[in-house]
This record gives sequence, C-alpha cells and structure tokens, in this order.
Amino acid sequence: MDTVITLTLNGEMVSARADQTLLDIIREQKISLPTLCHMDGLSERGGCRLCAVEVQGAPRPMAACVTPVSEGMVVRTHTPELEAYRRMVLELLLAERNHICAICVTNGHCELQWAAAQAGVTSVRYAYLHPDLPMDASHGRFVLDHNRCILCTRCVRVCDEVEGAHTWDLAGRGIQARVITDLSRPWGASPSCTSCGKCVQVCPTGALFAKGATVAEMTKEHDFVSWIIRGRTKREWVW
Amino acid sequence: MTTQNGKIRLATAWLGGCSGCHMSFLDLNEKLIDLAGRAELVYSPIADAKVFPANVDVTLVEGAVANVDHEELAHQIRANSRIVVSFGDCAVTGNVTSLRNRLGVDDLLTAVYREGPGQAPRGGEADRVMPRLLPRVLPLHQVVRVDAFLPGCPPDPERIWAAVSALLDGRPVELEPKLRTFGA
Amino acid sequence: MNRPELQALAEGELAKQKEFRCRVLCCASTACLSSGGQEVRKALQDELKAAGLLKEVQLVATGCKGLCSRGPVVEVESAGGERVLYANVTPEAAQQIARGHLAGGQPLADYQMDANSPFFTKQLRVVLSNTGLIDPERIEDYIAHGGYAALAHALRELTPEEVCSLIRKSGLRGRGGAGYATGLKWDLVRKAPGDKKYVIANGDEGDPGAYMDRTLMESDPHRVLEGMAIAAYAVGAEQGYLYVRGEYPLAVKRLEKAIKAAERQGLLGSKIFDSGFNFRVDIRIGAGAFVCGEETALMNSIMGRCGEPRPRPPYPAQSGLWHSPTLINNVETFGNIAPIVANGPEWYAALGTEKSKGTKIFALTGNVNNTGLIEVPMGMTLREIVFDIGGGIPNGREFKAAQTGGPSGGCIPAEHLDTPVDYESLTALGSMMGSGGLIVMDDETSMVQIAQFYMEFCMDESCGKCVPCRVGTAQMHHLLGRVLAGEATAQDLQDLEALCKMVKALSLCGLGQSAPNPILSTLKYFRPEYEARLRAPAAAGAGQEAA
Repeated sequence: MDTVITLTLNGEMVSARADQTLLDIIREQKISLPTLCHMDGLSERGGCRLCAVEVQGAPRPMAACVTPVSEGMVVRTHTPELEAYRRMVLELLLAERNHICAICVTNGHCELQWAAAQAGVTSVRYAYLHPDLPMDASHGRFVLDHNRCILCTRCVRVCDEVEGAHTWDLAGRGIQARVITDLSRPWGASPSCTSCGKCVQVCPTGALFAKGATVAEMTKEHDFVSWIIRGRTKREWVW
Repeated sequence: MTTQNGKIRLATAWLGGCSGCHMSFLDLNEKLIDLAGRAELVYSPIADAKVFPANVDVTLVEGAVANVDHEELAHQIRANSRIVVSFGDCAVTGNVTSLRNRLGVDDLLTAVYREGPGQAPRGGEADRVMPRLLPRVLPLHQVVRVDAFLPGCPPDPERIWAAVSALLDGRPVELEPKLRTFGA
Repeated sequence: MNRPELQALAEGELAKQKEFRCRVLCCASTACLSSGGQEVRKALQDELKAAGLLKEVQLVATGCKGLCSRGPVVEVESAGGERVLYANVTPEAAQQIARGHLAGGQPLADYQMDANSPFFTKQLRVVLSNTGLIDPERIEDYIAHGGYAALAHALRELTPEEVCSLIRKSGLRGRGGAGYATGLKWDLVRKAPGDKKYVIANGDEGDPGAYMDRTLMESDPHRVLEGMAIAAYAVGAEQGYLYVRGEYPLAVKRLEKAIKAAERQGLLGSKIFDSGFNFRVDIRIGAGAFVCGEETALMNSIMGRCGEPRPRPPYPAQSGLWHSPTLINNVETFGNIAPIVANGPEWYAALGTEKSKGTKIFALTGNVNNTGLIEVPMGMTLREIVFDIGGGIPNGREFKAAQTGGPSGGCIPAEHLDTPVDYESLTALGSMMGSGGLIVMDDETSMVQIAQFYMEFCMDESCGKCVPCRVGTAQMHHLLGRVLAGEATAQDLQDLEALCKMVKALSLCGLGQSAPNPILSTLKYFRPEYEARLRAPAAAGAGQEAA
C-alpha cells in the first residue's frame, strides 16, 4: 500500500501514504494532539478517545489513532467542541480513581497530569469517585498502584507484543475493570513475568513504578519501545 | 469595589489543608511589598480579624471542605466576596485532605481518636471539641461557586503571583500550562 | 436429501398429523413453562391416556403463541381447521378440557380466549408464522410447514448473486437495531475477497424486557438455521456461528437438537440438496456480557478473546472472524429470509412502509394489559400496538410513555402515540427501533428513575475500554442519583446534558454512543420532572456526595 493520497488537515492540504493513520499525519504535521493510550511501537487501542478529531461527513468524531487516512478527507483537530470534549474526558479520568498528584511518584513527569494542564483543566466538575483500591508491592523491583491506573493497557500491550510474556491483562469490566498479572495472582508470584520493566516504562502515570521511588522521583523512558522494534525489524540500533 | 485608599480588599482563608499554600504565599517575598501597596488584607489566618468581613473583592481559599465549620465559612466567603479563588490543590481537587474519603467517618474517628495512641482528645470529648466531619471531603467548587482556580501543592510563588497580579489588574486568571498542573 | 425426498417427508408428516381427530398445541416456551406449562401438558397427557384417546388426539409441545401474560396457553386444533384457544390453564383446567372438549367434543366456555380479539387479528405473523403451531424439536413438523423448501429453491435455482439481489429487492433491514440494508450487507460480504468467509447469527439479545430472539430460537429454531444457510450460500461461507446468550438454556438446547436433526437429514453439513454447497453451524454461548451483542465484541468472544468492541473500520464484511469477511445478522433478520425466498421479494416489499419493509416482532411489556410477543407490519402506530393489541393500560391508569430500543433507545410520550413504528420515525423522536423491546409506562412512572435504571444498566455493562463510556456512564448515573435525591442544582443538570452529548459523540461503540439516549429523550419530553427535583442555589447546603 504505497499509494499516496491527499487530505485536508486544519485547512491545509497534506499528503499521506494510504497505510497511515490520521494520528501519524497529525504528528508529522507537528500538530499537538493529546493521547494517553497510544504509544509509538505498540498496537492501537483507541480507548482514551483524546485524539478524536472531526472528519467531514462522519456522524461523530473519529479517534485519529485508529482511523486510516483516505483520499479527500477533511479533518479538523481543534474545534471548540473537540477541545471541550477532551477536557471532559480528562476530568472523567481525574475523577475516576485517586490521582492525588501532589503525593505521586510521577508528579511532574505524568502524562495525565500534563495532558490535563495542556488542555486547560484546572478543576474537575464531576464527583470524585474515590474507589477503595489496593496496591501490589509483591514484586521485588516494581509496584502496581491501582489508584493511579487509567486502563490505557500500554502495559498489557508492551508485555504481549514486545516482551512476549503476556503477564498483564484486564479483569472485570466497566468502572470495575482492573489490570492484573497472570490470572490475578500477586505480581511477585507471577511465573510469566520476566521482570524486564517495560510495563513500568510505558505506563503514562504513577500506576507502575520502581520500588523505592518516592514523590516526583519516577521518570520514565518511552522511546525504548520504538528502539527495540526498529532493532528487531530493521537491525538498526540508533538511540 | 475598592477601599477609599484605592486598594482592593483581599482575604485569604484556611479550610482543610496544611497551610502550605499560605507558606508559599509568604514566599512571594519582596512582591508582598508590591501587594501591600495595592491590596488591603481584610481577613486571613495571618491577620487578626475573627469574622469574615463584608464586601471583599478577592478571597484566596486554601484547603478542602472537610467539616461543618469549613462548610459554613465557605458559604460566608461566597456571600461576601466578589471573586473566590480555589487556592492550591486541596481547595481545587480535595487532594491529600480527601484521602480519607475511601473510609467511613466513624471508622476514621475510631481509629484516630477513640482508639489511637497519644494525647489527642478521645471518645465523647473528641466529638464535642471537633467540628462534625462531613461524610466526604469536597473540593471548594462542589460546595460554593468558584471563580478561579490556582492548582499546585502548594502553588509556587510564581503561580501565585501570576494569579494575584492578574486579579489586581482586574484580568481573568489564565495561567499558562506549566503554571496550572495539579501537584507539581 | 433432495427435493423429492423433502416433499415426501413433508407429505408423510402431514398425513400422519391428519390421522388424528385433533391436535392439542401446548406452549412449551420459557414464559409458559415458568407459569406451569409442563404440569398442564402432563395433566393432559395423563387424562388422554386414561381415556384411551392418545391415538385420536395428538399432544404437541409447541413454541410461543405470544400471549405470555395469559400462560400457560393451550390451543385445540380440530381436523376441520377449527381452533379453540385456552389461556391461564391450570392442571385442573387441563383435565376439564380433556374430558369436556377432547373427549366430549364440546369446547369449554371457561378459560377460552377470543381468537378474534385485536391481539390476534391485528398481528401479521411472517417470522413467527410457525411458532405456536409446530413442535420446535421435530424437524419433520418444520418441513411439513414448508421448511427448507426456500433453501432448496435458493441452492438449485438461484445463483448467490441472485439471492443477494432478491434480499436487496425485498427491502429487508437488519432487525438488531441499526436497520442496515440486509441485502447490501450480504453483497458486501459476497464481493469481499477471501477464501474463507463466515456467517454469524447474533442471538445475544440483552435489552431489559426483550425476548424476541429467544422466542424465535425456542419456537422455530430451523427457521433461523434455514436463513443462515441461505445467507451462507449467498455470501460463500461454509461455517456459521450462532451466538446465543448463556441465559437462554432452552434456546440452546433446541438449537442444538435442530442442528443435529438438520445434519442427519442432510440439510446442514456437506453437499446440501446434492449441490456443491457445504455449511456447518456451531453454537457459541455468551457469558453474560451485554456488550457482546455489539458485533465486534461478539466476534472477539467467538474467537475466545476478551469481549471488547474494536474500532470500525474495518467492518466485519471486510475483516471479521480471524480477519475473514464475515456476515453478521440478528436472529430475527435470519428469520425473515426463508419467507422472502419462498414468497418473493415483491410480496415482502408490499408489507410495511416505504423505507421499513416487512414486519417487526416486539416484546410488549410493562404497564399494558396484554403483555407478550407480537409481530406487526412496520408502520403500525404506537397507539394501535399499545391500545388495540396491548389492550390498553391496566388499573385505570393513563398512558405516559413507551420505551423502545432498550438501554439504547428512548421514551416516547403520549403526544406521539400516532407515530408509525418504523426505523426513521422512532429515530426522529429521539428513540430507536432497537431490537424490539417495547415497555409501556403509566402515569405513575418517574421518568428520572427510568433514566437512572437504564444508566445503571449501561454502567454495569460498559466493557471499560473507552473512557467516555466507562467513566461517563458512572458519572451520569451519579448525577441522576443527585437529581433523585433532590441534591442537584441547575448546574448539575447542565453538566449532565453536556456529558450526555460527549459520551454519545466520543464513545467507541454503540453501547456508549447510545447510552445517554434514555436521559436525553426523557429530558426532551419530561424535562419538568427533572427540574422539579432540583434544589435552589440559595439553599445550597451539604455538599456533593460521591457514589
């Protein structure tokens, strides 16, 4: 699929390969668009809906990460309506679990925290749900804190698609959904976990962190996924 | 809506929080002198007034609404202030103060006061001394209408000044992204 | 099996049925069984045996006759074609029927239902033409009523292209809710490149109060299988899946039996009707997730994956089960196929309205006298359904609203009772056809509570994959709780409406996209009920309570 197509992005004509997604083109054009479940190198989930854009003729906004480009598409990325929707999605996430930024290991390095600030979320209109959620510190090196998980499933995907262990998965549904290790046994007792730490590095929030890190100490390295995949597929290791 | 001397009437209040936001406010350092030239502090934990006054132009409220006293003060503030600002994360989100929300109030009081160690008032005594806790700690805007939000734990002096100087100039509080993150 | 054999089997069965002086049709569908149908049948059996009448009177366990609120239902069909219908039959009543009517030849005045009441005369049974008349567990009975002749006709006389075009001409639209043109969908799958293709019947009916598909599967399972087989021939599939929710054990049992019987008769399996066409059907049982009624989630479930929807495109017609082109239709849609092929598309297109052809089955429930399962031509007005067929509102109450489309639909108020029930009209009113649930509400119903009931359902059933649906439904539910508790402000109501709009626009699949509909439609028609429960801003007292 090397066909080249053209589309209109925020009023500008741009070209794209037919096998690209809208998000690929939006990023190529250096348009800033928030994403939380997307991660370069991993399969797309289309779950956070932050990258939803307006496509002329479509009945509703489309998530750019899972929408293939097509000839003649007319796309707008920052209408007032879309920006209002994005703020609502971020507020829903902030109210869903106990994201107390001030005492989070990733305070200052968190993708959710930054996305909210960028989108102009300075307060949350919804009721904080304050669920009673546990932490799993049974692993020797890492900790899982459900209070800060946004269910983006980057951990699930990186473990399955890159590491190949598929230690992570989801249990439950809806507001009760949780990430689990193996069949919901403690992480430390997981026979499939290789302790590679990829899940910790791709996690956008403080839900997965290195044991011992305290407030604001946990920074994450996201680029390595692309690096590994490039090495694997092209035999090139350029950091 | 200013005093005869041309200064705006400024108040700060302290609900369920650690007073860190007020500490950070004091860290405005020499800017406090500018501020003193343009605002009169009519009510504050660091001022003498015991009753929240009328006709306040701007009130910075630190802390979440955790008990009935906070709730009452919040309503007084709203009724007597032109602009109410949620000052810091506890007022904005509930923050650390709201960590107790996953527990029931009774369980909490029992664990801390009735059965807990140390010299704190216990039992019925505690119930008389302490204002009644609300079932859930709430951010200020879920109790009264709030006009501007100043996130941060605490908001650093740069943020405070960005917000306060806008209010002094009569501009809306519009912080740039790096000055409006929760937490940091 | 070939066509002469099929015909011989049908004639043989009919002849056998004619040997009896009369047939006693006892409903053995879930509703009548739960009201004691089994005991009634046993009482009849014992009584006939004692009287030595078993050679003259044939006792048949049939599917649903539709009048579920009056079950158990028993119908006596004499060789002359006379029919007498008994309702609310108890085992004692069964004895009386056996002694008085079956032995004595004198129909009982008691327990009789007027077969000429509007409940029956206003219905048009196309999909349900066999239900209540045949024994769903005997393929011979189905064949005697013309079963599998349409499949034979399609396989022997029509090309796959012709079958698709025939369905297209009939104007049939999907009965799962969205109303996509069935023939067009078949054509897309037929034309999609790929060696392997699949056909799926979606029997994961999950709307509260809806049991159209269950009834069809329980009462006439071969009708569904025949429709699937014709579809498979038309699109070029050799494997089909019937996805049935786990809460329908009787449907599963009868479908399993039907598949085995059809395979034994060579009506499923290899070289059907001596053609080159092979088709196998396997049953997959759902595990209780409403979202698995969504086609992409359903396919994930069939493949053994987590029952989560995925973004479309690609549509199942391009890339469905194991990346192969897949046709997925609702069970009721398949129920329409054999009659269309047998009677021709023109016949079918003459039924219904300009854009909504044919008939639709509704599960009529709630505050209505005749609750049950009905089939009516598209375009019948809501008033006719509720007041003529349904017999009006019980206990002298007034009609307030009708809920259609389940958790994805909306409430239609009294001023729209004369709306014709078809896809476009219901959508224009802010509701939808949906799969066919129709819940009638009287004037004592709180519409805010109704909205909260549906929102609780959606919150529980959201898979959690996308944020708007996962958290949005929880927050909408919470806000409705505040309204009901008298704690909500005008601002809360504004936030609720804005949230509804966002969840509709941004959710990944149909569940989230339609979850706000019950709120939006009740706000549209019953806004004062919400506003009456708001608290005045001045009285703002104790703060907001989280759920």
